[in-house]
This record gives sequence, structure tokens and C-alpha cells, in this order.
Amino acid sequence: MANPNKNPAFMFGYRLYVAAFFIFLAAPLIAAGAFAFNDSLFPALPWQGFTLDWFFNDTEPKLGMFHDRRLLRGLYYSFIIGILVSTLSVFVGTTNAFLFVRGNFPAKNFFYILMILPLVIPGVILGISILVLASNMANGVEDRFNLELEFLRPGILLVVLGQFSFITTITSLVITARLKKFDYSMEEAALNLGASRIQVLRSVTLPFLRPAMIAAGIVGFLVSFENFNTTLFLVGSESPLTITMYDRMAKVGSTPVLNAVSFFLIVGSGLLALISVAVQRDPPS
Amino acid sequence: MQSDIKRLSLILLFAPFALWILLLIILPHLGMVVLSLREKVAPRVYEFGFGNYIDFINEPIYWNTLLRTGSMSILVTILALLIGFPIAYYIAKIAGRRSRGALFLLCLIPLWVSDLIRAFGWILLLRETGVFSSFLQWSGMVSEPIEFLYNDVTVVMGLVYTVILFMIVPLVSTLDGMDDAMIEAGYNLGGNGYTVLRRIIVPYAMPGIVSGCIVVFMMTAGSYLTPILLGGKNSSWFTEQIYDQFITRFNWESGAAFGFLLLAFTSFVVWLGLKLSGQTLANTVAKS
Repeated sequence: MANPNKNPAFMFGYRLYVAAFFIFLAAPLIAAGAFAFNDSLFPALPWQGFTLDWFFNDTEPKLGMFHDRRLLRGLYYSFIIGILVSTLSVFVGTTNAFLFVRGNFPAKNFFYILMILPLVIPGVILGISILVLASNMANGVEDRFNLELEFLRPGILLVVLGQFSFITTITSLVITARLKKFDYSMEEAALNLGASRIQVLRSVTLPFLRPAMIAAGIVGFLVSFENFNTTLFLVGSESPLTITMYDRMAKVGSTPVLNAVSFFLIVGSGLLALISVAVQRDPPS
Repeated sequence: MQSDIKRLSLILLFAPFALWILLLIILPHLGMVVLSLREKVAPRVYEFGFGNYIDFINEPIYWNTLLRTGSMSILVTILALLIGFPIAYYIAKIAGRRSRGALFLLCLIPLWVSDLIRAFGWILLLRETGVFSSFLQWSGMVSEPIEFLYNDVTVVMGLVYTVILFMIVPLVSTLDGMDDAMIEAGYNLGGNGYTVLRRIIVPYAMPGIVSGCIVVFMMTAGSYLTPILLGGKNSSWFTEQIYDQFITRFNWESGAAFGFLLLAFTSFVVWLGLKLSGQTLANTVAKS
């Protein structure tokens, strides 16, 4: 224990404060999730009784989330975008980890800071700057060659690139931290036993990195899934779930179907976050 | 031969990094700056000039919004630090071995839930027909419904809520690395709780504090959902102005200028904070 002269009244107050903080942390999540089960057309009190209609009912006005075409399409696009972003960013994150842990090149510190930078650039600015560049390129090609490059217009590709631009920093940091803990003698042993460099990479180094790569992939997927600021500027007609939900909240007004989606996402991301923590734990030996 | 292979692999490793930083970070930001220096003189005719920035200076609404965003973000950062530090200290130093992991997990899970859902939850609690208002009426403390949304206090509270975990997580990892013996030595040498905190714990935790503050400040200044959803149409957040210029008015030149101003302003505040605390970007944000 770090604090030797403990005053019981002080410690009681301290614990109360910590408890109050966790209630504060949980309150809006509970509110967002709980109203999914209220048998009412509005996400508000009074409690009208328990129902699962907001998940499974197939008729208006209580259209459940699993029958709501637009929400399902949003979920599908979010999923596709999340998979693409996490795959790409884990790949570049891994090469970055090798580059900065193993590589020796001039101005390494400067480049390392460049790698951190995307994490502190506001998401809105990443969004608009990528939108501006892509549109400039598309317009230039159109004016000069009379060619319409559809993929440079707002749409899935730009959303993926926009999210990838800062999620790669996160994956790089996670994988770099793991690679730093690697014991070089393991590689040397494999080399002495006659393995080639490629074999060592495939059978020694990459398996060691695998937990960090999986965790980074999950984190990348979650950050991509919940991203709003960057996506807002780059989205075309294929809206991911957060954008669809926001539109509905702002324009149509909220019905408990949004609570059903919230519940689904809170549980889903909570489970994924648990998995990402669990895979990073070293197995008990 | 050996050195050739080393060189080749270095180049192969450098290529994805260079493509990423160059194509998605440096070039887009240069493009944004170039665009912001174009003035529209006639339809589809542009000229180089500082017109967009002059417009910004001449229109008090714009720079007031930027200053308001900046000062409220600083307030949110300070509040997040003051509220978060005792929590991080409790998790890292006071909680027992088993509850420590559980509490830390409880902090991590809401981190991965979208801002949108968290703001939605606050709306359900705080609006006129929301849970708090209903509860107060039911308990007889008030007779009319109360609107808790759409004021600055709620916006600040919502922002603190959104970002505070990004303060707590780096603080926990920094404090976790601190040897308890250092604190005990402080007490044994006759320090009281306050001097130990000020002379030993805070200096040790400084990299974590600065790192948390930078991330929290940038996230707050760049946030869009929380101020709009909890503050309503009159929240006057600078990102809202950027969105307005880009999407509603389709005035990309001025939107790009606003984007650059937000970036320059927030970077300046972060630079100032680093200078004042004697830290660098590499030993703070990079470590967490």
C-alpha cells in the first residue's frame, strides 16, 4: 500500500468519490441501452414494460433493428470499412514497428514524431484535408484527360483512407511496444540452427508479435467503427452506421430502435475490447 | 552483400511508412493550405491571396468561436486532469491487486463505445422529457419539467465525460511504473500528504499528465458530436463552422482556411504547454 498514514474518514470519502465516478461513467451507457427494452414509442420514462420488439419486430411503427434496412446497410458498410481499415493499418503498423525498432537511419527521431502526429491532429481536419486532396486530383484528371475518377469522390475508399491515416499510428504504437520486448537471442538461436531469415521471421518473430497484431487489429476495427469526425466529410452514398444513426437522431427524432442499436454496439464493442485485452496477456507459464 | 540486404529491407520497410505519411498526412495538409490561399474573384476564377484569412479576422463571430472553443477546451482539459488524477492514482496505487485490473477494464470498455452513443445517453438523461427531469418531478422537488440540455455547463460536462478516459489511461500506466518506496520515503522524511503529492508524485507522473493533457485538449478542440448534440444549434464550436463552410455553404476555400487556423491554434497551445512543462512530444504521447 502506497499511503502509510491512512485516515479512515479520508479513505472512505476517497472510495465514495471513486464509486461516484464509475456511476458517472456508466450512467449514459445504461440509459442508452436500457430504453431498448421499453415497450414505448419514445425512449423516455415512464417504463411501459419489457419488450424485444425494438430488436425483432418486423412492422412499423415499431420496426426492430434487425428488420430496418437502412440501419442494417449502415452496419454492413461499417463492418466492411472496419475490416479494411484494421487489415491495412495492422500491416503498415507492423512494418513501422520493424522500421523503428530494428532500422537505423538518419533523422529517426524526427520520423518517429511524424508517425505520432496523426493521433493529435483533429479528426475533422484529417477529413477535410484528404477530401480536398482527392477532389483536387479528381478535378485535375477530369479537366486534363476528361476522365471521371469516381473512386476519388467521397465514398468508401476515402472513408477507409481517412480512418487509416490516424488508426495506423495506434496500431504502430501497440505493435512497436511488443517488438521492443522481443529477445534477440531467440532469432539468433534459430539462425544458428540453420534457418533462413524469412523462416525466422515466419516461425519466430511474427508468432511473437501475433498477440499485439490481433489486439491492434481489434482496436483499429473498434476505432474505425465508432469514428464520426473524419468519416463525416468523406462519406458518399454508402453511409456507415454512426452516420446513419446521427442522421436519424438529428432529422427524424429518436425512437427506441436507436437504443437497440446502442445496446448492440455497447455489448459488441465491450466484448471485442475484452478479447483485445485478453490476447495481449502472456499465457500463464 | 549483407549490407545490401540490410539496405533493401530498410527501404522496403520505409516505403509503406513514407507512402502513408506523405500521401495521407503531408500532401493533404499542404493541399489544404494552398486551397485556403485562393480567393474567389469570379465564378470559377481564383486568385492567390489572403482573403479567406482577412475574412476571418474581420468577422468577430469567427474568431470569437475559435477563442471560445480554445478556452473551453483548456477548461475541459484542466477539469479532466483534476477529476481523473485521483481516479488514476486509486487504480494504480491504492486498489488491491485484483480490483485494480477490474477497475482498469471498467475504464477501458466505455472508451470503445462511440461518442454518438454516449452523447445519446446523456440526451436521454438530461432532456426536458428525460430521466432526471422525470425523476425530479416524480419526487416532488420540482413541478415543471426542466431542460438540462443546451447550455455551456452541460457541454463542458459532456466533453469531460467524452475525453476523461484518455486522461486516466496514460496516468494509470505512468503511476503504475512508480515504486511505492518513493512515496514511503517521502512520508518517512516527514512530508505530509500534500508535499508528497507535489514534490514526488506529480513530478514523477509529469510525462503521463502532459501526454493525457495533449490528447484530451486536441480531442476536445476537434470534437464535433458532443458540443452539437448537447449544446444544440447555438453551441458555437469551431468544428461546426468548418462543417458549415464545407458542406452547407460549399465554400471550400474558407473552410480550408478555418481548418488550418484550428490546427495552427491548437498546435500553438500544445507547443506552449510542452514548453511550460519542459516536456517533448517524443517522451510523452509516444510513450503512452
